[in-house]
Amino acid sequence: MAEMTAAGEQPEILFWVGCAGAFDDRYKKVTRAFVKILDALGVKYAVLGTEESCTGDPARRAGNEFLFQMQAMGNITVLNGYGIKKIVTACPHCFNTLKNEYPDLGGTYEVIHHSTYLQQLIDEGKLRVSDGKPFKGRRITFHDSCYLGRGNNIYDAPRNVLEQLDADLVEMKRSRSRGLCCGAGGAQMFKEAERGDKEVNVERTEEALATGCQIVATACPFCMTMMEDGTKHFNKEDQVKVYDLAELIATANDL
Amino acid sequence: MSKQIAFTIFFLAAIGVFGYTISRLRRFFKLTKKDFPLDNIPERIRQTLLVAFGQTKILRRPMIGLMHAFVWWGFLVITIGTAEMMVDGLVGTERFLGKILGPVYTAIMASGDVLAAFIVFACISFLARRYVIKVKRFSGVEMTPTANLDATVALLMILFLMVSLLGMNIAYVKLAGAEKVGVYPVSESLQGLVANIGGSTVAKLHELSWWTHIVLVLVFMNILPYSKHFHVFMSVPNVFFTRLGPYTKLRNMESVTKEVKAMLDPSATIEPQAADAPIPRFGVKDVEDVNWKNYADSLTCTQCGRCTSVCPANTTGKLLSPRKILVDLRHRMNDKGPGLSRDPQYTDGKALVGDYITQEELWACTTCNACVQECPVNIDHVSLIVDMRRSLVMEDSSAPESLVAMFTNIENNGAPWQFSPSDRMRWADDLFSNKAS
Ligand code: SF4
Ligand code: SF4
Repeated sequence: MAEMTAAGEQPEILFWVGCAGAFDDRYKKVTRAFVKILDALGVKYAVLGTEESCTGDPARRAGNEFLFQMQAMGNITVLNGYGIKKIVTACPHCFNTLKNEYPDLGGTYEVIHHSTYLQQLIDEGKLRVSDGKPFKGRRITFHDSCYLGRGNNIYDAPRNVLEQLDADLVEMKRSRSRGLCCGAGGAQMFKEAERGDKEVNVERTEEALATGCQIVATACPFCMTMMEDGTKHFNKEDQVKVYDLAELIATANDL
Repeated sequence: MSKQIAFTIFFLAAIGVFGYTISRLRRFFKLTKKDFPLDNIPERIRQTLLVAFGQTKILRRPMIGLMHAFVWWGFLVITIGTAEMMVDGLVGTERFLGKILGPVYTAIMASGDVLAAFIVFACISFLARRYVIKVKRFSGVEMTPTANLDATVALLMILFLMVSLLGMNIAYVKLAGAEKVGVYPVSESLQGLVANIGGSTVAKLHELSWWTHIVLVLVFMNILPYSKHFHVFMSVPNVFFTRLGPYTKLRNMESVTKEVKAMLDPSATIEPQAADAPIPRFGVKDVEDVNWKNYADSLTCTQCGRCTSVCPANTTGKLLSPRKILVDLRHRMNDKGPGLSRDPQYTDGKALVGDYITQEELWACTTCNACVQECPVNIDHVSLIVDMRRSLVMEDSSAPESLVAMFTNIENNGAPWQFSPSDRMRWADDLFSNKAS
């Protein structure tokens, strides 16, 4: 971003990579898949790079409002400094925080989750899946992220994107607004679960496996980790793969 | 005349007791915080029409939802008739609305009569769900024997309210003959029951039913505020006062914003605090820290358990039950509210967080909002849970170690994991390595 500003340019979108997208080895692949799509379509985008910092979402949900607001104010200063108007992110937690919570602290942007963004590109006729269609007929189930679906009413965009793959889309027993959490929200990702009979992600993975799917599609870094751990729990990680929407689209387009 | 006097005395006594209860609740509300804004009235009206009157959320479980919806709509219609009975009883008239409302009255009476019969059937089914089918969501730690008794008493009272209403209508149809005002489909078809009974006995039956119904109504009205069935009164306002906006948006803590701004910009003028002003606590530790909407939520909770039945933590065996959070808040207010309203410094050495709700419960929440989504009366469990976490973290510095580590990471590295911020672009290493930059 700094380079673009130096060159006197403004990007079409700011791609908010997020901590998982930047540091988590698995999710880095999603980040790469998404920028490959952007590059292929010639979208003029920028990233903040080292100027990006955690949105503060996990701190806020864990009760540390101070830390959250410190993070938020820092990020808002950077974003406003560059005059950012439009942000796209592949993380529903970043999405929710940037879109719904930053305005209270003086940061108002058009924030789009990458599922919606991909759908827009498809609707505009820019993004198409090439004819090879490697996923044709494969059985795919989509796991709703709470912060995307229940929180922000985005249920159709990811499904519409998956439609492009010409795959056999199946729904789990609980889906859309009744979808079951993967177990990672509210800062659970960063701690051990409380005592109980079962892990939440195991319960959710059971439901996913019950569909007989070959691929679990996700649109959230936490969901991805939880579902992958789940398939490993059942020793199914070779038969059932977990992919992000962007990865599926990128692969289908041979990117 | 003597009936009028007897009824007036009884009526005034009932109103008096009710007045006392309401003033008690008012005192409790005064103990809570004011910070819950009421903006966007049109959206609130829309929510009220849909969720409260239209029952959209309870209908997410279609079968049982529809039964409840008819009970509720029946209640609305029958209440008009009950109000009429009160006026009749006080003034000494008989079905005075009939002359005023004409065909509307006929419609009200006819639907009330049919719905009363339906409610009898519904109450029996609801009791069966508790005692025969034993629906799972009616159990749980917070569903103590008292809580179950509460539900049973309420259902039985409603059942007898409807039976007495039908008894009255059946007798009325026979007694009034051609003079009858209104139409009573069920009671008319049940005339066989009183066909062989003499007129004076039927008149007695009418009197008995009338008194049973009206006494039950006034007693029920006075039990309600102490019962989970208070939702009869509370649900409509509570839905109107819903926290609007996306479920996952948490409300900003203005008190923290002030401090953070002061920290980031020390030159900014800070309003001097009055020396004797109490230092405000962050988050919710006890009942005096909640806002009035949280308390309204706790009074509205019907203990239906829909929230708990979809809670990922609860259904995988964790201690957390979102219903319990509301039940506990209401109990806590009952325990501490009286002392606190006499003396603002009052303490009984206990607190909502710790003695009623444990940390273990609070830390198990994933903030998935399934509970909020499912609650038929728009209760907001998650804001309250996060507010209690806020008190644990910001007041007591008491969070699970791994979360403290996460905080430290964010503070030092700008990420919840221990990575160096300078590595933030490493994901792009292979991607652009072949590109001239
Ligand atoms: S938000 Fe928390 S309490 Fe509510 S259903 Fe999810 S985990 Fe349970
Ligand atoms: S909070 Fe709502 S869903 Fe939960 S028991 Fe109470 S009324 Fe039912």
